[in-house]
Amino acid sequence: MEKTLKNVDDVVIRFAGDSGDGMQLTGGRFTDTAAIVGNDISTLPDYPAEIRAPAGSLAGVSAFQIHFSSRDIHTPGDKVDVLVAMNPAALKVHREELEPGGMLICNTAAFTKKNLTYAGFDTNPLEDESLEDYFRVYTIDMSKIVAEACADMGLTPKTVNRTKNLFALGLLYWIYDRPKEPTKNWLEKKFAKRPELIEANVRAMEAGYNFGETTEIFTTRYKVDKANLPAGTYRNIVGNYAVSLGLVAAAEKSKLPLFYGGYPITPASDILHHLSALKHHNVKTFQAEDEIAGMTSIIGAAFTGNLAVTASSGPGIALKGEALGLAIIAELPMVIVNVQRGGPSTGLPTKTEQSDLFQALYGRNGEAPLPVIASATPGDCFYTAYEACRIALKYMTPVILLTDGYLANGSEPWTIPNVDDLEPIDVKFADTSNIVDGQFMPYLRNKETLARPWAIPGTSGLEHRIGGLEKEDVTGNVNYDPENHHHMTLTRQQKINNVVNDIPPTKIFGEPSGELLILSWGGTMGACRSAAEEMQAAKKAVSHVHLRWLNPLPKDLGEILIRFKSVLVPEINLGQLIKMIRADFLIDAKGLNLVRGKPIGEGRIIEKINEMLGN
Amino acid sequence: MAKSKAVEKKKYTRMDFTSDQSVRWCPGCGDYAILAQTQKLFPDLGMDKENVVFISGIGCSSRFPYYMNTFGFHTIHGRAPAVATGVKVANPNLSVWVVTGDGDGLSIGGNHTIHLLRRNLDINVLLFNNRIYGLTKGQYSPTSELGKVTKSTPMGSLDRPFNPLTLALGAQASFVARSIDRETKHMQAMIERSYKHKGTSFLEIYQNCNIFNNGAFAPMTDKESKADNVLWLDNGQPMLFGIKKNKGIHMDGNVPRVVELNGKISTADIMVHDETDYVIASMLANFTYQPDFPDPIGVLYSIDAPSYDDLVTKQLAEAVEIRGTGSIQDLLNSGDTWVVK
Repeated sequence: MEKTLKNVDDVVIRFAGDSGDGMQLTGGRFTDTAAIVGNDISTLPDYPAEIRAPAGSLAGVSAFQIHFSSRDIHTPGDKVDVLVAMNPAALKVHREELEPGGMLICNTAAFTKKNLTYAGFDTNPLEDESLEDYFRVYTIDMSKIVAEACADMGLTPKTVNRTKNLFALGLLYWIYDRPKEPTKNWLEKKFAKRPELIEANVRAMEAGYNFGETTEIFTTRYKVDKANLPAGTYRNIVGNYAVSLGLVAAAEKSKLPLFYGGYPITPASDILHHLSALKHHNVKTFQAEDEIAGMTSIIGAAFTGNLAVTASSGPGIALKGEALGLAIIAELPMVIVNVQRGGPSTGLPTKTEQSDLFQALYGRNGEAPLPVIASATPGDCFYTAYEACRIALKYMTPVILLTDGYLANGSEPWTIPNVDDLEPIDVKFADTSNIVDGQFMPYLRNKETLARPWAIPGTSGLEHRIGGLEKEDVTGNVNYDPENHHHMTLTRQQKINNVVNDIPPTKIFGEPSGELLILSWGGTMGACRSAAEEMQAAKKAVSHVHLRWLNPLPKDLGEILIRFKSVLVPEINLGQLIKMIRADFLIDAKGLNLVRGKPIGEGRIIEKINEMLGN
Repeated sequence: MAKSKAVEKKKYTRMDFTSDQSVRWCPGCGDYAILAQTQKLFPDLGMDKENVVFISGIGCSSRFPYYMNTFGFHTIHGRAPAVATGVKVANPNLSVWVVTGDGDGLSIGGNHTIHLLRRNLDINVLLFNNRIYGLTKGQYSPTSELGKVTKSTPMGSLDRPFNPLTLALGAQASFVARSIDRETKHMQAMIERSYKHKGTSFLEIYQNCNIFNNGAFAPMTDKESKADNVLWLDNGQPMLFGIKKNKGIHMDGNVPRVVELNGKISTADIMVHDETDYVIASMLANFTYQPDFPDPIGVLYSIDAPSYDDLVTKQLAEAVEIRGTGSIQDLLNSGDTWVVK
């Protein structure tokens, strides 16, 4: 039968199955292939907090969404075009988000009576035609086909059945005209010591591909052309890895050893994993006994002259709070990464949220200011991590970097930077020139930045004591004088305010004035940018400003905000940036606040804009 | 060609280790003695002063770093061991000292203390035990005796005390010792032993708080009673005590007993101390709080064990040996890449 080939711009696929079905792996392979083909991509892994929830249960559903396109895209997509459901629970959890008319591909082998009951289906939806009215349904017994494909290999049925994800992947490769080679190469590396697994998985993938080619079920293939991306060498990058690379880059550029102290926590642990594999980059990683020790160990390392970093998520940052205060009063450089997740308390460990902005800004006793920077995209995590280090070292202060679960695990094609092009980081330790009348003055400040000197143990003549008690300016001696405390409180604040001089002028996407300005921070950048593009295409006077620094805010922000009739601040919290904007600029900004553990879709933002514009 | 030059060790006096800050402990506090012995001893240890770092948490003892003219960091309650870990791993060449107390090191910071000991970083811990909270003005501590009447326990405390030495041994410490603030010579010797031990040294110092818990260690310090209540430990020597050294520890099967030397029992029947024997150390540590036994003072336990900071250094060197010194540009360029023209 003749197969037709159609060109499409833009596709969203969601792979969904049981935690043990290998959906993250499948999504990861499709992503890398799409990247190599030259599409623009954006991904959203969505996995449960339970490592192995009961097989077939709703709680155990793991999914991976990939948006790939021939256009420049910014989000993993609102609506799903293709849903691969490896079992009834996956269908149950995800079918709501499949577009009407979308493609639904199910592994019938998993639609057993037990699994159906587990997922809450009274009858088998694949048999009662209840889905056919809405979707293009393709039912395939993937387990049976992979069993036949690997029949002569002498592997256990369990091992063979585990290759069914590669069948699904192969089928999708056929449907979207993708090469299989990159996945073959990856399998050869991954299972280098288990050649039988390479063989079985390749056979499963081929079986899926051939199934599309030879059966009459699928009549159309789709082609998504290369995106018109700017010239450069690209790789696919995941947010947590980008953070790790940014930190290592800052260490190399500043010629400092990197010390990472931290405690495992979802979704930040991958930063610890990545860095602990980079010992040959002079990276020391210390898995501490708890979050507090993670934080205080980096204070010790910072005192001793290392580039000191920790990463955690909200609950861990809460535990680090007291020590953050010590880092602030001791005025030592370090970076604290918060990969935000759903809260409060343990909350939603594997889901994304933006609700720790206030924690970053205010979550400490006393007047305890520090700079706060947030990443916009997975690739931007590299640059924000680098910038956080640069500012920490320049101003002798702890800096908080906010990312989130979506950025941490999401990915995008990324132009590989040339390290020589990164802004230099010059570190100068204190020497004997900082000695006044025979005494080293640990709080004799740089007049421009107000940074104090960094005097590290091992330097003769600079022996000095610091601590958490209020200290006299210049000498650093313990001091309880009211005027001194007032002066020091103002000085610490002014030092952080000075960081504003390192923030470049704000870029406005769209006209510099107009009806409505979308103001975003963190991982909502993509959805806000997409919404702005769509509104601008519809000739609406909508612009977009994305904030990278949350503390301090850019100098020019106030004058930009007043040039728009209204300001919309979409956030995955109940309105945190918006309160800062209202307080600082006395502007009646409006919020769009959705706290579902998922990125805000551009559709919801457009809806809100239309409502505000009275459309 | 560079000329070889004999490196001359700096000569220090006590004053070189004395900072310009006036000491603010209560008059009569046992902390003065510990500070004085440390400042006296340090010139003899042969360290360069700039390589010495004192780290403390919160409490009376934790003011210690302000008075030592070395690098010092007065951190937050209980966290000194973790800060010190960061210091030592960041620069293993430093001589790192943690000064803590029974509240700071065993209550709020208990977790960090046990993990420091377990990892065996080459750090020296001086734990001032006064069995009371001094800085917060007199609440009971984790080493206060059961039934202790304090401001927070007017009817007596209800929780049993820790024994710092059994805790340290349980946490796999490689060096465990005890001294007393009044025994200045002994304390110097113990601090010196701590310094020389490679790995975490845990030195408990009985320290009298004359304001809130005066006389807590009187049986071990008063002239009349101390000979009968203190078992001075000496490696390889029989465990004898008493004013005439006429009492000793005898092993009756597995059970230690206090015996008097007489015609029937001679020195040969007395247990000999072996610092490398974990069972002996544990037995000795458990004498504390047992009314029939003398309190062991001295080095209970000292073994060679790999230190965490050494292992970190070795792993880094090994990684470089296997993979070469890493370059961030190479790392960025690695993996699947593609070119857009």
